[in-house]
Amino acid sequence: MKYKASILIATLIAITLLACETKPQTAASTTEETSVDALVMPEVNEATGLVMDETFPLIIANCTSCHSAKLITQNRATREGWSSMIDWMQATQGLWQFDDHEPQILDYLAKYYGPVETGRRENLRVEEWYEL
Amino acid sequence: MKKKQLTRRSFIQQSTLTAFGTAIGMPIVFGHYLPQNLLPVILEKDSPIEGKHPDLTLLNDRPLNAQTPPHLLNDSITPADKFFIRNNGLPPENIDPEKWTLTIDGESAKSNRTFSLAALKSQFNEYSYQLVLECGGNGRSEFSPPAKGNQWTTGAVGCAVWTGVRLADVLRATGIKDNAVYIGYYGKDTHLSGDKNKRPISRGCPIAKALEPETLIAWSMNGADIPLHNGYPLRLVVGGWPASCSGKWLERISIRDRIHDGPKMGGQSYRIPCDPVAPGTKVADEDMCIIESMPVKSLITFPRTGAILNARELKIKGHAWAGDVSVRKMECSIDFGQSWQPAQLSPPANRLAWQDFSATVRFPKPGYYEVWARATDENGKTQPMILPGWNPKGYLNNACHRIAVRVK
Repeated sequence: MKYKASILIATLIAITLLACETKPQTAASTTEETSVDALVMPEVNEATGLVMDETFPLIIANCTSCHSAKLITQNRATREGWSSMIDWMQATQGLWQFDDHEPQILDYLAKYYGPVETGRRENLRVEEWYEL
Repeated sequence: MKKKQLTRRSFIQQSTLTAFGTAIGMPIVFGHYLPQNLLPVILEKDSPIEGKHPDLTLLNDRPLNAQTPPHLLNDSITPADKFFIRNNGLPPENIDPEKWTLTIDGESAKSNRTFSLAALKSQFNEYSYQLVLECGGNGRSEFSPPAKGNQWTTGAVGCAVWTGVRLADVLRATGIKDNAVYIGYYGKDTHLSGDKNKRPISRGCPIAKALEPETLIAWSMNGADIPLHNGYPLRLVVGGWPASCSGKWLERISIRDRIHDGPKMGGQSYRIPCDPVAPGTKVADEDMCIIESMPVKSLITFPRTGAILNARELKIKGHAWAGDVSVRKMECSIDFGQSWQPAQLSPPANRLAWQDFSATVRFPKPGYYEVWARATDENGKTQPMILPGWNPKGYLNNACHRIAVRVK
């Protein structure tokens, strides 16, 4: 009972958040609009740095008890890669089983924290230029 | 009675799920499934770490991992407040150095002995060495496909002066059997899951490395107590090897008749493919080999990247190191590696210390430049300009360091 109530609350919150944070969707978006949409940064939770969507509460509950959310936000992996990390934590680090929630958690991780191809060496990124 | 500090854990214990829910802006759904005493990590604000420079970059606060930006590593001897932190678990609490003991045991120990800190200090000769400690995963962030773990850029390295007794002296006083192969350390840090039967890490090194004169059981960094997160009150310091060999909060060393088998010795931890593989290859555990000496590497520590110059001349400074061996040659380039000029290279303070270098570079005309630095070790091995061999866990990136400069 309590469990179902929790899901209901999560869903309601997620809907509320989505309603507040996203622009109304037009029925038929042009290719141009889609590409602009793709550039919009997802909403990030200030306390943890994690992307906020309907899976966010599940991530907080299952993935931040033992370690920092920074271990998620600084890493990049495919769905398979995240799955193997979870398997390792469950097999050796005392993490509980996710059961039905695992696919949703993996979808979230692969969507927001997927790998970016950077090749054999990236350009230097200078955060701040200063007069020496 | 010590002043009660508001630690993270006590804060968590005083709080409720509701309070946490408020902090993260929504209730913690499924919160009732959380084991007792385990509450979500939400205190993610980058608060400075006690005793550490505020500009250290926090990679992870549970376990605590923080790296040092290159320009803060300019000192020849890394100050304690600028020394990186790589924790695998949680440091012990309420440490009493008066009651701290170190036990030597194991299949290949001729006896079991336990020493207090005072006994270690009085029964053995004291030695001080400047020793490089570098995390095996330093530079991991550059690998593609990415490797999991803390995404270190260049700052998981430091070279402090460590004072203590030789591990060799303590092991010999206990007695080493002829069949000794390895030593394994045990520390008092605790596992992140809160499970008292789990250890976060227990690694070590082959007996030959353990018996080197520079391998120390240390109680002091730069003449003062070791900072808590760097292993207070006692740690191993095994210079030139992955810093995970240098166990912190040291309470026991086992002389093993086999390769030590503690957590993070096996599987893929601190191992690279025995034979080189293409980027992205899955490698079976049995085809992974333990990392020993770290590779040749260097860092430009002055100036900080992003300097805008009014002059055409710039003096750069930095350090170079090469695991078990010394650095023979240091060079820098301002034309993306087309030409290299020699830098002045100082000898190390002692074996396994890093070496300071400096060079004056001249820029022919205004524009954007990168200063690259590369070291060559005494065996003739040179740092690569692109990433070295990809490996599943992203270890041993010794690609040359680069800083960006604009000349007006």
